[in-house]
Parts: sequence; C-alpha cells; structure tokens
Amino acid sequence: MIRLSVPFRQALARLTLPVMLMVSLGVVLIGRADQTLATSLRSGLDDLLAPAYAVIAGPVETLEHGGGAIGQLFNLEAQNEELRAENAKLMQWQSVALALEAQNNAMKAVLNYVPQPTPKFFTGDVVADLGGVYARSVLVAIPPGGNTNLVGAVAMDGRGVAGRVVEAGARSARVLLITDLNSRVPVGIGPSGAPALMAGTNGADPALLYWAPGQPPAEGAMVLTSAEGGAFPPGLPVGVVHYDAQNDPVVLPLADLDGLRLLRLFAYANNEPILTPVPASHATNRAAPLSKGLAH
Amino acid sequence: MSVQRRPSIWRQLDAASRYAWPAACLVFGLFIIGLPLGLPGQAVLRPAYAMACVYFWSLYRPSSLPAPVVALTGLLLDLLGISPLGLWAVLLLVLQGATLASRRHLIPQFFLLNWLVFTAFAATASAAAWAAQSILTLSILPLFPLAAQLLAAAGLYPALAALFIRAHRGPAAAELA
Repeated sequence: MIRLSVPFRQALARLTLPVMLMVSLGVVLIGRADQTLATSLRSGLDDLLAPAYAVIAGPVETLEHGGGAIGQLFNLEAQNEELRAENAKLMQWQSVALALEAQNNAMKAVLNYVPQPTPKFFTGDVVADLGGVYARSVLVAIPPGGNTNLVGAVAMDGRGVAGRVVEAGARSARVLLITDLNSRVPVGIGPSGAPALMAGTNGADPALLYWAPGQPPAEGAMVLTSAEGGAFPPGLPVGVVHYDAQNDPVVLPLADLDGLRLLRLFAYANNEPILTPVPASHATNRAAPLSKGLAH
Repeated sequence: MSVQRRPSIWRQLDAASRYAWPAACLVFGLFIIGLPLGLPGQAVLRPAYAMACVYFWSLYRPSSLPAPVVALTGLLLDLLGISPLGLWAVLLLVLQGATLASRRHLIPQFFLLNWLVFTAFAATASAAAWAAQSILTLSILPLFPLAAQLLAAAGLYPALAALFIRAHRGPAAAELA
C-alpha cells in the first residue's frame, strides 16, 4: 500500500466529496444529453438483478399465497369442493363458448373477415416492484432465448391491460404501468367504443381525458383499448368507468396493479407504440419487417 | 516486519466487516425494498431509506461511508427507481456534505434534535428532487408522493437509528469513528 503523508491524506479526504459532487453533476448532464445511456444502464442492471430477484421472490410468493403452502393444507377439502363446483360451472360455460366461437367463425366467414395475426407472447414472473416516487413500473423476468424485441409489448395480467414494456434486456423487461404519469392509452368506452384517452396520474386509478363533450362516459361502462394511433391492438380489456369524489371520470383497472405476480407480454409485430421512445437500434429493426410487408 | 504485531486474520476480518457494514447494509436494503411485497407506497421508502442511512452514518461513522459509495448509491437509486440519472447521487452527496459540516454541533445533542435536523434535511432533499424532476419533465408532479416520502423518512429514521446504534457500539467500532 502506498504510504501518504498525513496532511496529504487529510487534504485528499476533504477533496473526495466535492470531486464526487462534480462527477455526479457531470453524470446528470451526460444523462440529459444522452437519454439512451440511462436506458441501457438500467436494462443492464435489470438483467443482472432479475435472476437474483427471481430467487428471492419465489419463497416470498409461496408465503404470501393464502397464508403460505402449509396454511393451504388445512383447507384442502373445502378448496377441492369449491373447485369441483366451479369446474362444473365452467364446463357448462365452455360448451357455450365453443358454440359461440363456431357461430362467430361462421359469421366472420360470411363477412370475409381478415383475422388479426396472433401476437407472440411471453409469460414472465413479476420479480421486483421497481417504481420510483413519481414512476410506476415493475420488473419482469423473461426466459432467456426469446430474441423478439419486447420493447413496446403490451403487458396483461389475467384480467386486463397492466402496462407496456419500455425497456427490455436479454432476461428482463421493465413494464411501465398504466397508472404511471407518462402512460397514455387510447381507449374506447362502452359498447359504441366512444374514443377517449386514459392518462396515468401516479394514483391508483388513471383519469379519462378527451371524451366527446356531449357523451360523458357512463358509470360502469367497460373500457377497452382502441387502435387509435396504432399504439395498442383494439379490444383489450382495461377497466371500468367510475366517477371519483371530484366527479371526474376515472378508470378502475381490471388488472390487479398492486399485486402483480405474472404478466403476459404480447409483442405485436409492426404494431409497436409510436409514443414509446424507441432507441435507434430498435427503430431500424422495426422498419425492416414493415418494408417487407409493403413489398408483398 | 514481525508477524506478531499484525492483528490476526479473524481480527482483520472483523474490522473489515464492521467497516463495510454501513455501505453493504445501505445497498442491500435498496434491493430488498424492490421485492414485490405489495406494500402501498413501497417506492417512496427507497429514497427515504437511503437518506436515513447516509445521514446516520455520516454523523456517527463517516469513514465507513465515503463519498464515492454515496455517489454510487445515488446512481443505483436513480436506476432502480425511474428518476433522471445522477439526480439522487447529487442530492445524497449534498446531504452528506451538510451532515458532515454540522457534525460537530449535532453529535453532542439529544436524539430528538438529530431527528428533527434529519427531517429538515430530508424535506429539503425531497423537495429538491421534486422540483428538479418537475423541471426536467416540464410538468408539475403530484405533491402527494413528496409528502409520503417525507413522512416515510421521518418515521423510518428512529427505527433505523435504533438498529444502527447497536451495530455502531460494537467493540471494533471505536477506532473507525
């Protein structure tokens, strides 16, 4: 170890803080000048952290589900009964659904309906709740090997739209939730699909903006995504209209945004959001299939 | 060089672990707060925890939390939560600077006064973060998370201090103060 004289060492110790402060200010400036730097650093860190979080989050989830794995053992009998009854009911619904599907297909055939391409999807565990104070996002661990560019993919839990992927690495994807301040989702309200914009407010329920003045959204009306702007595929369930204490319409999300455990990420080809800041490298990847599609 | 005069390997390990404890505790805590525990306002805890740690260790054991570690912690905070890169690094360093500058006056005081001073520092840093992010995003960010962060910081500090004081009073801690 290098031996330094005591006054020199003291001077050095006194200088570290101002020097680090200058360095940090420099980082702020660099971060402002090059927005992709923060994105790439963040997705690199997310890739490192996702497997570690997955290891820790596993036991935590086991403990949380209905009082833990051991707690479940005591009410197995009752649960089985419940599940059997539910299963019987669902079997009835399945036959109804099959009949309706057949009818739907027949009608589509009559209308010469062009089916939408099935999106590629990945299922991933939500391993970390990495929101900021003014941002809402979760980290999803995705199985390695899928080389689809997930930036812009729509994230849904079992019930409805939860958000959109803003950053994706090889093993992780960061999903910006619909409650985030920067989230804007074009939606259609009610059976007629009256257009509006759902804007995140950092609170639990996103606000509804820009609905037609003569046609206020009805309390309890279903809110679905709309294809306006090409950001989202149409018809994905988002939530239900509700009027808050200030009598402003908000959307009660169907997705359980505070307790997200499993998310499906749908990567729609050529249907990536234009509103998402897409890095230059992704933008060129995106342009290629589009031009191919035009050539056909 | 005589071997006897050097402390044994265990003694060295002990001293090293005590030296590294504050920084390790700080960084590890930030990761733990990221677990999907489903607590309401969990994200608010992260900066509050970082501020409480930086204030406490800068006050009682500044050599264990050198400025580069604080800067890296700030960067980590910016990357984990979504805030402009480097913002919390600057704020935490300013917090550390302010704490070190007032250290002489603060150490002999009662805990209650230290707590109040921390709350004032945390309020300043949180308000600065709010203002900076509002300016950078060109919009007025909601004030509720700011208040929540401040409450979290004020509430977290006594609990953390109670834990850290025990760690600080270990036998090998004296020479590090």
